[in-house]
Amino acid sequence: MHIVFWIFFASAVVSAAMCILRRNPVSAAMWLVSTMFSLAGIFVIMDAPFLAAIQVLVYAGAVMVLFLFVIMLLNLDVTASDVRGSLSIGGAVAVTGLLIVELGALWVYTPDRLAQELLPAGATTFPGGIPADAMSGNIVLDVAKPLFDAYLIPFEATSVLLLAAVVGAVVLAKRRI
Amino acid sequence: MAPDLLGPTLALSGILFSIGVLGALLRRNAIILFMCVELMLNAVNLAFVVFARYYGFGGHVLVFFVMTVAAAEAAVGLAIMLALFRHNQTLDLQDINLLHG
Repeated sequence: MHIVFWIFFASAVVSAAMCILRRNPVSAAMWLVSTMFSLAGIFVIMDAPFLAAIQVLVYAGAVMVLFLFVIMLLNLDVTASDVRGSLSIGGAVAVTGLLIVELGALWVYTPDRLAQELLPAGATTFPGGIPADAMSGNIVLDVAKPLFDAYLIPFEATSVLLLAAVVGAVVLAKRRI
Repeated sequence: MAPDLLGPTLALSGILFSIGVLGALLRRNAIILFMCVELMLNAVNLAFVVFARYYGFGGHVLVFFVMTVAAAEAAVGLAIMLALFRHNQTLDLQDINLLHG
């Protein structure tokens, strides 16, 4: 299992780097799809196979096809480089290097340390947490239960958000309403 | 999942987020910038999924919400791109300076 994880790890990082370095937006989009596939593989290793399927269907399938559709519809000129000037590059690399050092420090994190930092002394399990061996075995049921129980109001709110997004997209993209 | 993968997975999440930030700062193409935002959202999703192993399935539900917001954002954002391109004939962020004064 470990070797599979490291393969997906390397694939995700390389694909993400290629995504921001390719000049052509179409190839950048294809590399982003590759990143999303790698992340779906890591989701499976992290016991979230249902989310991995949703990741491939919604992100790699629907959202990226929408991106490709718009890129090809606009037919952008990609002969000139669109990278910013050298001053901006220096600033961007400095900011990002700092961010990578800060977030990469999470590498040394272990579950024991997580429990030590977040749990009151003496407690051995996470409050409200579901240990891996308590999963029902039905991957859809595990996610659906909290979604339609504790998170019902946010779930309904997202439906309003999607409606607003549909109306907004039509209003913005249509020439004459 | 072996327990010692918590740290590397969180680090991967951070690295992908940083790459997304770098791309958003580096490129002038508005569509590439949008893809970098998607990359950052994906990185955060990975952190949610790995923490869900210790905190319960609430993390998985939040990933759903992030995906919904990302889909809505992509739909509205790309509609804005279409309107911008129709108005300016370019998606270069340096040439779009209507609010520059």
